[in-house]
Amino acid sequence: MKYLKQMLIIISVSLLGELLHRLLPLPVPASIYGIVGMFILLYTGLLKVDQIRETSSFLIEIMPVMFIPAAVGLISSWDVLKAHWLSYVTVTLVSTVLVMAVSGLVTQAVIGKGGRGNE
Amino acid sequence: MNNILSSSTFFGLFLTLAAYVLAMGIKKRFKSGLINPLLIAIVLCIAVLLLLRIDYDTYNQGAKYISVLLTPATVCLAVPLYTQLEKLKNNFRAIMAGIISGVVTSLGSILLMGKVFGFSREEYVTFLPKSITTAIGMSVSEELGGYVAITVTVIILTGVFGNIICEAVLKLFSIRNRIAKGIAIGTASHAIGTSKAMEIGEIEGAMSSLSIVVSGILTVILASMFAGLY
Repeated sequence: MKYLKQMLIIISVSLLGELLHRLLPLPVPASIYGIVGMFILLYTGLLKVDQIRETSSFLIEIMPVMFIPAAVGLISSWDVLKAHWLSYVTVTLVSTVLVMAVSGLVTQAVIGKGGRGNE
Repeated sequence: MNNILSSSTFFGLFLTLAAYVLAMGIKKRFKSGLINPLLIAIVLCIAVLLLLRIDYDTYNQGAKYISVLLTPATVCLAVPLYTQLEKLKNNFRAIMAGIISGVVTSLGSILLMGKVFGFSREEYVTFLPKSITTAIGMSVSEELGGYVAITVTVIILTGVFGNIICEAVLKLFSIRNRIAKGIAIGTASHAIGTSKAMEIGEIEGAMSSLSIVVSGILTVILASMFAGLY
């Protein structure tokens, strides 16, 4: 029953996210409404981490598996990509490395200046 | 053979889980950080489909049941975020500065490289939301008149790529602070990167989760401004 109750809570918040996504005219997906909603529930104390601990850990742990079907789907987009694939892939890779380096270095620099060692 | 497999709902599900478990086994066996189980699993699945001449829709009939869990799993990312709330509060300015600079770098680098590679306006706006979570990225692309199918492909490619190279990139640029690591991974490669950040540690995972939300919203606002620049 424990896991079933935990799953029920998580699915309820997901459902709430989906409803907000359909009702509000914003380009915000269900998962983002859901993560914000779940955070508010935890923050206000309406929900305790213990009430969803095991099931949420499990779902987060197997998250990489959930991306496999979408990534395998890249084989069916080859037709759209093949004409320009080299420039598309180059832009994607270079931009990803740049974003990672800049956001990481800026965060680290500002933390360093504040004098809070958080290694 | 193909027909027998096509008729089973469990084939896609079986292949996905088996490929990942096998990939995890390989990672454990060789104990190398260079081995990325997600990449190995994707390559294994594609290889099996091509070898047995099974089309994607047949595979996805079963595999889609694992994709359904993506929203509930994303919702659960609020848990580590809540657990690490103190870290977030104490470093709020640094975290926001990191995410904002990352989002601007993403949009700016697409603007620059779009010019270099001679992208059409449609191609340019297709790439603008490449570093954010798929569902938001799709609507941004659609809104601005991009090719949504290519946006989805590029977003997934970004995520998988970020997942594979993040440890090397962080090392290369001497990003050692755990909060900075998480912000870097999440801002650059959304949820797919975050699944890697979660494996690295709880602080990294929590910060990466936060970046998905903040960079997603920021990109919605800033992308329309950047669209006007091309």
